[in-house]
Amino acid sequence: MTTAAASRPVAATRPPRESGKGRAPGEPRRVAYLYILPAYVVFVLFMLVPLVRAANISLFDWNGLTPATWVGFENYQEIVSDAGLRAAFGHAAVLIFFYAVFPVVVALLLVATMTRARLRGLGFYRTVLFLPQVIAMVVVAVAWRNIYAPDGPLNQVLRAVGLDGLARAWLGDFTWALPAVGFVGTWVQMGLCIVLFLAGVSKIPRDLYDAVRLDGAGPVREFFTIVLPALRNEISVALTLTVIAALRNFDLVYMTTRGGPGTATSVPAFEVYRRAFQVGDVGSAAAVAVTLTLLIFLITVGITRVAERSEP
Amino acid sequence: MISRSERSLNYLILSLFAVFALYPLLSILTGALAPAGTSPGLLPTEISFDNFAEAWELGRFGQYLRTSAVVSGSVVVLATLMSIMAGYAFGTMRFRGSGVLFYLLLLGIMVPTEALVVPLFFDLRELGLTNTYWALILPQTAQSVAFGTFWMRAYFMTSSRALVEAARVDGAGHWRTLWSVLLPVGRPAMVTMIVLVFMWTWNEFLIPLVMVTDESLRTAPLGLAFFQGQYTADVRLLAAGAAIVAVPVIIVYLFLQRHFIRGMLEGSTRG
Repeated sequence: MTTAAASRPVAATRPPRESGKGRAPGEPRRVAYLYILPAYVVFVLFMLVPLVRAANISLFDWNGLTPATWVGFENYQEIVSDAGLRAAFGHAAVLIFFYAVFPVVVALLLVATMTRARLRGLGFYRTVLFLPQVIAMVVVAVAWRNIYAPDGPLNQVLRAVGLDGLARAWLGDFTWALPAVGFVGTWVQMGLCIVLFLAGVSKIPRDLYDAVRLDGAGPVREFFTIVLPALRNEISVALTLTVIAALRNFDLVYMTTRGGPGTATSVPAFEVYRRAFQVGDVGSAAAVAVTLTLLIFLITVGITRVAERSEP
Repeated sequence: MISRSERSLNYLILSLFAVFALYPLLSILTGALAPAGTSPGLLPTEISFDNFAEAWELGRFGQYLRTSAVVSGSVVVLATLMSIMAGYAFGTMRFRGSGVLFYLLLLGIMVPTEALVVPLFFDLRELGLTNTYWALILPQTAQSVAFGTFWMRAYFMTSSRALVEAARVDGAGHWRTLWSVLLPVGRPAMVTMIVLVFMWTWNEFLIPLVMVTDESLRTAPLGLAFFQGQYTADVRLLAAGAAIVAVPVIIVYLFLQRHFIRGMLEGSTRG
């Protein structure tokens, strides 16, 4: 999911909605337990136990060294009351716009103009457009830090066209650092959305377009009556993947801004690390981590629900 | 039906976005290949591999790549074996609690590394396991197994019932049915899982960052982060280092890109 992009797929998968009550086929077999044993041992020890431990630690005030003190839900209250943490979650919301909303909308509009074409050579475009998804975020960060550098390509272009006033140290600017980081997310997710939606529209039968056009529908109505409903599933997948990528962007923030300048780009994923390993407020870090996990659960389930409900 | 100009417009739009996707990556390549003393432009007039040699030496990327190879290789092997076996059981057998056990695994797919790394670090430190290969391999195996079991189960559920029946008539037990009947047919599903697990493990940053302080255990992305800290101003060296880290995954991607795209997109549409 890290993501997303090329990070581990938190929700590269969503709960299946199969009708059989979760019952596997085949005949009853005790030996099944032996088959799942190795996987389950590792899974329990290194996934479930840490998860429970995170919830446990989040109820304590602990610096990681001396004995911890029980504080109940204080660390969670702090997420609401502490201005710094509130700001971090606010920044996450801004990043959701850049990672998810913007790429999905742009890709939709784009694909809508291509519905009637049966394009050849799509394989090449797919490969290229998807490439940002597989590159390590650390590498992506090196590339974009250079692009945003005071004398980097972006500022060179701005100066060349006479917009010297706009040139700045993008990642060091209190106003522009967050959008600059967010735009890297846009870059990573844009191709994914286009690839996904292109695959979706290619499944729409052509007569459908001819039918609405006979009805005298223009491109706008065509978009709302055919394209949008047909892509419902793809949109929900794209939103799930991109929103989660926006919430799990530790690598990028660590490599580009470390939450700075000041706290202009602090995000929950980075706050977990900073609090646990730099500030020594492990309880608070765990509370942020648990909140982040719950948020991801809720969003994943929520998006899937909405997509299902809007099913015709 | 569709006019020539409309078709050209479509290609134009796609090409624009392709350029947008490629530019930052190409800027790394051109930066890495630019000879010292020249300013890296978009199209280099002359190329030199000196930056790679220098970055390789200064950044000790050889060592980091080796660590990354050991970690990724171990996670891939462990997670693949475990996922195949668990997916086989969940996909073809009926047993008490299979529903609950499977949903727990699904839950694991959604848990972000950020949530695991805090307790993992403090608990593994207690056990003296930080700064070991185990601290890098086992947590990532657990994450991969959650996805892998889900993925392989989906394959085994669609696998041919008739094939299994035929194997049984031939006297094959469940063990042989798995390895010599079902798995050979399921190669594509397995390859998809392997390339994804390889990519995620190779690219992982947070776990190595937290778990190891020992320089000999730094993975390639972590090495690059430290390299960036040291040579912040040297665009060419940094670009060369970044290229070194990215190349293994890019090579696998170019050969098996269908698996990457299918896995990352279908893994989510399925269900």
